[in-house]
Amino acid sequence: MKKYEILKKRALASNVNEYVIYAPLVAKHCLAGQFVILIVEPDGERVPFTICDYSREDGTVSILVQEVGYTTAKLAMLKVGDALEDFVGPLGNPTDLKEFDSVVLVGGGIGSAVVYPQAKQLKADGKKVDVIVGARNESLLMYVDEFERNSDNLYLITDDGSNGRKGFVTDMLKSLVESGKKYDCVFAVGPLPMMKAVCNLTRELGVKTIVSMNSMMVDGTGMCGCCRLTVGGRTKYACIDGPEFDGHEVDFDEAILRSKIYKAQEQEHLCNLRGNYGKN
Amino acid sequence: MVKTERHEMPAQAAEIRKHNFNEVALGYTAELAKEEAERCLGCKNSPCMAGCPVGVRIPDFIARVKVGDMEGAVKILNTDNNLSAICGRVCPQESQCEKYCVRKLNLGGSVAIGNLERYVADYALANGLENLCESECNKAGKYEGRSVAVIGSGPASLSCASDLARAGVKVVMYEALHKAGGVLVYGIPEFRLPKSIVQKVVDNVKSLGVDLETDVVCGKTVFIDELLFEHDAVFIGTGAGLPSFLRIKGENLNGVYSANEYLTRVNLMKAYKDGAITPILHGKKVVVVGAGNVAMDAARTALRLGAEVNLVYRRSRAEMPAREDEIVHAEEEGVVFDLLRNPVEILGDENGRVKGMRVIKMELGEPDASGRRSPVPIEGSEFEIECDEVIVALGTTPNPLIKNSMPSLETSKRGTIVADECGRTSVKGVYVGGDAMTGAATVILAMGAGKKAAKAILEDFD
Repeated sequence: MKKYEILKKRALASNVNEYVIYAPLVAKHCLAGQFVILIVEPDGERVPFTICDYSREDGTVSILVQEVGYTTAKLAMLKVGDALEDFVGPLGNPTDLKEFDSVVLVGGGIGSAVVYPQAKQLKADGKKVDVIVGARNESLLMYVDEFERNSDNLYLITDDGSNGRKGFVTDMLKSLVESGKKYDCVFAVGPLPMMKAVCNLTRELGVKTIVSMNSMMVDGTGMCGCCRLTVGGRTKYACIDGPEFDGHEVDFDEAILRSKIYKAQEQEHLCNLRGNYGKN
Repeated sequence: MVKTERHEMPAQAAEIRKHNFNEVALGYTAELAKEEAERCLGCKNSPCMAGCPVGVRIPDFIARVKVGDMEGAVKILNTDNNLSAICGRVCPQESQCEKYCVRKLNLGGSVAIGNLERYVADYALANGLENLCESECNKAGKYEGRSVAVIGSGPASLSCASDLARAGVKVVMYEALHKAGGVLVYGIPEFRLPKSIVQKVVDNVKSLGVDLETDVVCGKTVFIDELLFEHDAVFIGTGAGLPSFLRIKGENLNGVYSANEYLTRVNLMKAYKDGAITPILHGKKVVVVGAGNVAMDAARTALRLGAEVNLVYRRSRAEMPAREDEIVHAEEEGVVFDLLRNPVEILGDENGRVKGMRVIKMELGEPDASGRRSPVPIEGSEFEIECDEVIVALGTTPNPLIKNSMPSLETSKRGTIVADECGRTSVKGVYVGGDAMTGAATVILAMGAGKKAAKAILEDFD
């Protein structure tokens, strides 16, 4: 097998693919909650992705990638048997939910990829775990079967009501707590506005909340500071201090602004790529 | 007749070079090199050598250049220093070898040792003589079957790895990034140290039998305990990579970079090239904070990306820690020095983008612990500077990844790894050298430490 070869690729939702990558060194020590940085082509950019599954025996690591920009679009063009240019990890700190007995995992969109290994882990530890998965519509819901197998209760919710209840993950979480559910930890992963909304809700409800910050990065080892964010009034690096933080301490407004630094350039790259792609 | 004045190296004119990323210093011609070599008096006591952290036999190699025996010169240089193409470009010679040259004060200036080193090293690279060296450095055999893991691939690691490989040790070099070279590829800009030169030096180290494994982060992908299981010794050359920030309001606004991030995007990720995939913001008015070599590199890079650049420094010109050459180059190219100014706050607009910086005027007071006069703020002197990008170049500290993954490894309060002067750490079989041991310093000191550690490793094998 080639270094960083794509062994499997499967479409999970519209514009979302799961890739199983051959990377035995990464697979050897990686744990739920950690991430990798990959490069798709020579001189390509370095982009972080959370590890959503792994097999130490097969030496593989799985990631879930939504096509949103140039690099993810390039990645989507690769086929099984192609290899990535670089794939480094595991980076960041693993999740530690050991101290909690009753956890609700909240995954928004692609964020479900991050909460899936947590569900598996909590189940394996014999803990009680509920899962809320939300998406814009039915076609963007993912890992439904896997969550079904690895949770006590699975709650689906879509913005348009095309599957499950209609609304946002916060609506679901609120009604669960109001109906008497007791959780000692909310673990929420998804787009920044979703995590912000969950944290605003759980602050009122008084439930500890952990979020996973998917900041832009270059090296991913603490060298550049690109991924910095404010947590509890102090600057932290998502790559070496995180990626998980106490959601009630995170300055989401700043993180949202920082996520848009290269919006214009990114758009231009994507247009170039689509233009070139069309011509080929 | 020997011209008594030192021959400066030809360079691209400031007006031209500030618009391109090509190397600024153009190198000696054969004639210039010979003339400069002839200025060397060949002092018996060689005071210059005492100033060289790796003890290069300076008068000997210059004597070979003098008589036109380039192979002879290459042989001596390669034996003493396997990274001379790099040292000839980035060493602070004025505070090392050239500082002690007897010609310095009254005889037309120090012999341009660095320029001659670069000339000989470039000759070797151009003529395939990278591995030409005196017989004593090819003692393969004695250490055959031994193996050493080298962590990092910057100057300390490259010199340690090649000394070990030349002694017959099997070396595996692990690099966290996707390219080897450490600070030589991510930090120092193309116009000071062309990446093609670094690549040749790395290729040469590999040709000695060093295996390079990129994409391996020690403390995450592999652990030192594991490496000790597979190898007879481990050398840590992971540098000082963690950037310091100002800790003032507005530091996380869009458009505020650490010099590390800015330079890494430009150098390693090639963001300066048209069509580069990795993005970088092209500010119109950039403020660089700090006055060391990295600050100069960042300022001159920003100029080349089309910005107007001001450098804000809290002390005066006399205290600037950068090499004089770099300061002069930056000034010639048009970097404006705002001296005795200290940032108080970075100002942003409603979209979270940098729009200015509030600074306070400073004056110099009593000397501090470093011997430099300490800057004191002048009350009520705050004012605003307009800018759309800020690059913070205030130094770096060692990366905690290794320390955190190996509690038995003794470290100092500053995060540096504690070792004896040969690089032996608190853990048997684990050695360290370079910025990881000393905190941020120079390429040549790191190289010297790499060589020392290689020697200690071999001695401990005996």
